[in-house]
Amino acid sequence: MGYNKVACVGAGITRFVRRAKETGRELAWEAAKMALDSAGMTLKDIDCVVMGTAPDAFDGVHMKGEYLADGSGGFCKPYMRHFVGGGTGVFAPIHGWQHVASGKFDTCLVVCEEKMSSTFPHPQGAFITIFDHTTEQALGPTLIWIFALEMNRYMQRWGLSERDVAKVSVQNKANAIDHPAAQLGQKITVEDVLNSEVLAWPVKRLDISPASDGAAAIILTNEHKARQVTDKPVWVSGVGWCLETAYWATRDLYYPVYVEKAAKMAYDMAGIREPDKEIHVAEPYDPFDYKMLHHMEGLLLCKRGEAAKLVADGVTARTGRLPCCPSGGALGVGNPIAATGLMKIIELFLQLRGEAGKRQIPGDPRVGVAQAWGDLMQVGTVVVMNR
Amino acid sequence: MNRRVGIVSMGYHGFSAVTPDLSYRELVYLAASKAYAAAGIEPQHVDMFICAAEDFCEGYSISDEYCNDQLGAVKKPVQTVCGEYLQAIGNACMLIQSGLGKLVVVEAHSKASNMKTHDDVLSFGMDPIWNRPLKVTPHFVAGLDMHRYLLDTGTTEEQCAAIVVKNKANAMLNPSAAHAGRFTVADVLRAETVAWPVNRLSIAPRADGCIVTVLAEESLARQLNSSPVWITGTGWATETTALETRRWGSAPSAEIASQMAYKEAGITVPSQQIDLFEVDDSYAYRELQALEALKVFGKGQALHALDEGRLGPTGDCPVNVSGGSLGVGHLLEATGAQKLLELFLQLSFKAGERQLPDVTTGLAQAWRGVPTTTSAVVICSNE
Repeated sequence: MGYNKVACVGAGITRFVRRAKETGRELAWEAAKMALDSAGMTLKDIDCVVMGTAPDAFDGVHMKGEYLADGSGGFCKPYMRHFVGGGTGVFAPIHGWQHVASGKFDTCLVVCEEKMSSTFPHPQGAFITIFDHTTEQALGPTLIWIFALEMNRYMQRWGLSERDVAKVSVQNKANAIDHPAAQLGQKITVEDVLNSEVLAWPVKRLDISPASDGAAAIILTNEHKARQVTDKPVWVSGVGWCLETAYWATRDLYYPVYVEKAAKMAYDMAGIREPDKEIHVAEPYDPFDYKMLHHMEGLLLCKRGEAAKLVADGVTARTGRLPCCPSGGALGVGNPIAATGLMKIIELFLQLRGEAGKRQIPGDPRVGVAQAWGDLMQVGTVVVMNR
Repeated sequence: MNRRVGIVSMGYHGFSAVTPDLSYRELVYLAASKAYAAAGIEPQHVDMFICAAEDFCEGYSISDEYCNDQLGAVKKPVQTVCGEYLQAIGNACMLIQSGLGKLVVVEAHSKASNMKTHDDVLSFGMDPIWNRPLKVTPHFVAGLDMHRYLLDTGTTEEQCAAIVVKNKANAMLNPSAAHAGRFTVADVLRAETVAWPVNRLSIAPRADGCIVTVLAEESLARQLNSSPVWITGTGWATETTALETRRWGSAPSAEIASQMAYKEAGITVPSQQIDLFEVDDSYAYRELQALEALKVFGKGQALHALDEGRLGPTGDCPVNVSGGSLGVGHLLEATGAQKLLELFLQLSFKAGERQLPDVTTGLAQAWRGVPTTTSAVVICSNE
């Protein structure tokens, strides 16, 4: 297509915690500074800044992107915030890609911040107004309630048990033990998940990721600049995104068609024909354990209905053929919505550079895919990265 | 980067102070239908969609959920930017210049009449620890900035009032304007003080409406429209929302944004190379401040151009011939869209009674309002 090649050359991430003492602006700067330092760059080297952050209701600040601008390094620079719900974090590098691939900018600092603890007592309160005011809000739904419907439909369609799904939570929380930013890395068993409190059947407390505060940042550059600052650039080789109808009750929820469409867009661009064979590491979005399975299928990493078997067989473990969420995912590292998506991108960046430390997957991973999901079970954002 | 981006069509519905008969989704549907019909396309032909919106103004959290159905953009690459419409236009240009998309649609709307307490919503945009406890209205922040600007430049309240008179009179020739009127400087000065020196009539009143733009890369743009309006430069910048660290009295973000756009468009002497300006007038004084930030006039010189009548529709530097936000109405994130719409109409010679003769190049500039310091600029040409 003739676009400029775009490389990721640096990354930074704060610790994910339930309640950060730092303000949102401070969290954003902490991550941005880490990313700059990792690439040996300063704000003077940055041509533009892109911000990803989810609903303003979390931080309780109108035009939250504006509030976070100086903290993100956007002071007196071209600065733009995008927002695609829970898919925002993986859309962030896509938005950054647009800035650099167009040739308008040589370098772009991409920052994602989320401070969910500001909504007291719990960020679920911020979700009440995401529903249609006429047809849905009157029912008093919560997000867990609608995802329980989706989880139930997915399990029922493929004859899966709660036990099959719980294995994802066990795997990801264990993976997160090795992640220095992790909030909930822990050794748990399938029984622990099954015995945890039911929130909205079949969703139980340990099926679900926590509410978190945190920030993450990466630096994207064009090829010329990348060669100047690193000998190990990781290329953003495919981007895709897709938004389904808001009227989720009109759809069969067992399969995320919109994730597949986004994935195909990214794979086409990256020249990937057989994702199940060509992808070496995957970071599907896992705010709930069943979502990792759902998204592995949407990402065409396996046949529909077969993801749970891959997890049970250890294929998705770090030592398996197709490691999924080697970071520990949202379930283990934590889920400060937009920052989670960028955390997944950073995991690919580190894995493909061979710099993931204790989390490093064996072999010689060269191609990875990360994905996020959001809105009313409606948006898919997908990025393919190559070494 | 060499790919040229053209505006194929713009569809709009509005503008009016209240819209009791339509929901915001219906407003979007009407504007989008007109834009698609004018371009001779169906929404399924469109590669990507961008919407510009902010949650608290929509009354929804994660309001981007509801942006696509009425645009015909289901199962399409759709992205929301929480920014000014002109930033979204810059984003659309990047999609086309990267080669990823050939046909891109940009939407923004205002259903400001749904908000009973918009000023309070704006106050929620202030830093919750340092600024919000001051409990000031957004107009107080504008008042501080206006006071500084008047001190720095020697501009008077009478001259600011003359901007209100000019723009509301310009709007009399714009059938879409919601707040047109014939006023005198004395009328404006008599208006209630909101936060001195800002008074009620020098604040752009809000309006409802929706604007949808269809953009395409050069060869497709020529196929769809025999005389598209070309986007030759875009720029945007943010300073800081912090009241304590910003540069008061000037608009540095507008200056940075315009320098970016000028460089792209090859403009070195804006006052000579640009035929018409549609700039931020969300508070009357900001029109003069913007013209100086855009380097159309030197610091403190815009007031002389105003006094000499050069900013009127028959002057050598016509500014806000549409009526601007003071005359048409402030459209939230779609404010820049209305300014771009005027460029599109003028450069297509379809601006009716207010058509300027022999125009080839225009500049639109918008600001995101208190408490932000974000500005965006788009330069268009019909050549």
